Amino acid sequence: MTILEAENLGISFGGLRAVDGVSFAVAAGEVFSIIGPNGAGKTTLFNLVTGIYRAGRNGRIRIAGEDVTSLGPHLLVRRGMARTFQNLQIFFRMTALENVMVGCHLSEKTSFLADLFGWPTVARQNRATRERALALMERLGLAQYARAEAGSLPYGVLKRLEIARALATEPKVLLLDEPAAGCNAVETEVLDRLIADIAKSGVAVVLIEHDMKLVMKISDRVLVLTHGRRLAEGAPAVVRNDAGVISAYLGDAGATEANRAHG
Amino acid sequence: MLAAVVTSRLATLLFLALVIAVVPVLAPSSFYLRVASLVWIFALAALGLTILMGYAGQVSLGHAGFLGIGAYAVAVGPARLGLDPLLSFFLGAALCGLVAYAVGKPILRLKGYYLAIATLGFGLIVALVLHSEAAVTGGPDGIQVARITLFGWRISGATTWYWVTAGALMIGAALALNIAASPSGRTLRALHDSEVAATGVGVDVAARKLAAFVVSAVYAGVAGGLLALMNGFITPETASFMHSIELVAMVIIGGTGSVLGAVVGSAFLTVLPQALTILQEYEQAVLGLLIMVFMIFLPAGIVSSLKRFVLDRAP
Ligand SMILES: Nc1ncnc2c1ncn2[C@@H]1O[C@H](COP(=O)(O)OP(=O)(O)O)[C@@H](O)[C@H]1O
Ligand SMILES: [Mg+2]
Repeated sequence: MTILEAENLGISFGGLRAVDGVSFAVAAGEVFSIIGPNGAGKTTLFNLVTGIYRAGRNGRIRIAGEDVTSLGPHLLVRRGMARTFQNLQIFFRMTALENVMVGCHLSEKTSFLADLFGWPTVARQNRATRERALALMERLGLAQYARAEAGSLPYGVLKRLEIARALATEPKVLLLDEPAAGCNAVETEVLDRLIADIAKSGVAVVLIEHDMKLVMKISDRVLVLTHGRRLAEGAPAVVRNDAGVISAYLGDAGATEANRAHG
Repeated sequence: MLAAVVTSRLATLLFLALVIAVVPVLAPSSFYLRVASLVWIFALAALGLTILMGYAGQVSLGHAGFLGIGAYAVAVGPARLGLDPLLSFFLGAALCGLVAYAVGKPILRLKGYYLAIATLGFGLIVALVLHSEAAVTGGPDGIQVARITLFGWRISGATTWYWVTAGALMIGAALALNIAASPSGRTLRALHDSEVAATGVGVDVAARKLAAFVVSAVYAGVAGGLLALMNGFITPETASFMHSIELVAMVIIGGTGSVLGAVVGSAFLTVLPQALTILQEYEQAVLGLLIMVFMIFLPAGIVSSLKRFVLDRAP
């Protein structure tokens, strides 16, 4: 079943057409990767999809068939869209556990007034949220960091903490912006299994990643962007051998080389 | 163990209750009780700002305006409208919430320092109105506040007001601590750290900031009402810009985000000026110097710095 449909998204910054008429669709349980050189417009595309930027006049975004083009970012989360950020966006002065608990807040039922007056439901809600968050951290191998202040944790852990926090919103579609950047080989390995695991649970995963080994291994389909436009799309093996893709990555000389190699 | 005590809600409330209980025993005269009552009242206003600044990370430079609204409500309500003083007190607090909603609603959608600027303007307008609408407010000379009676019992005298203001502070502290440990409090602290990430997990950032602003305004309104009822007289000075800055300074000196910090900050800026009057013309200079010294050596504020000191050494 198609979960996320993005149609004809585009945006300009000044004279620069950062994303230009890009469309794609992702199904439940699928890992859909977006690759391309730095500055290709990948993060900007995420910002369009998640409502941070307005998709142009002809742009359309649907979640599970429902048109959500006009919704702001926090409302899209309610519809089942969650994301992580290329530049860490962590609640640094809260504990790792509290970070994930904030991710659970859409399922929390107490009102601001109940919270203010310390209604008995609040303590119950806190317990339920804490348990749910802990279970998620356990699943992502983060349980040992639960009580630590997030600001004191290493980069690789925070990258996974962002994923845990995003999963806490119980998304239908999860957008990951370079989750393996800055991670060592072991952490990347863990991430690899984690992403596959998330997809297997029925979530549509959209992945921006520079680690080609990771991308080629776990993606069902790959979209290649350059200069804001779609260059190629297809199964990893197809995209890997696409002459246009190779030249975009390696330059024209590289393409000639590759052609000769494929002979 | 020590760490658990330092960060516990109950410990904070017990400590505050202990201080409140001990002050009357040590106070040599009713003058000291009056000063202590002022400390509790301004601590209450500072607590509201703690929720806004310390939890949600938003600055208001016009909170004395809400202090003024709360104060003039208990003066003007009975004198001009014939309302019951107690009813006027609650209406004043409610009015503060409504005004904060109206001021904050359009402003808090915008990112950045707009709230600081908007509240600055708001505070100046309140002070101006209190000054110039003399027919209602009594103008620059101020206005008499009717004494309040509860079930036929006249609330007056330093001791009585000491316990009334202390009780109000305890309630305010308990509510502020409730919020901190609740789902709403988590979202406030979250958006303080990263609005992008808070939005990214579905927090309605604008609505949350607005709720914090409204609550903080009601705190200031209650404090203003108590101030007017206790003093029996009120002037537009209550709503002055300097007073707004003083409230912000209390929060920062005590330790932004700390409930005890708001009380310590209030004590600092209420007691010290009284103590420094013996220095006569040097009073302001020495007060300014002391603030600078404290901020240099305890940059996170008095209570927050001490807490950090204890936690860093706790096993
Ligand atoms: N807010 C912005 N204002 C101006 N230019 C931007 C903005 N965001 C991105 N860009 C530009 O758009 C292009 C695409 O950026 P980005 O989406 O971050 O690339 P990628 O994630 O593929 O590396 C870059 O040239 C970048 O400089
Ligand atoms: Mg990017």
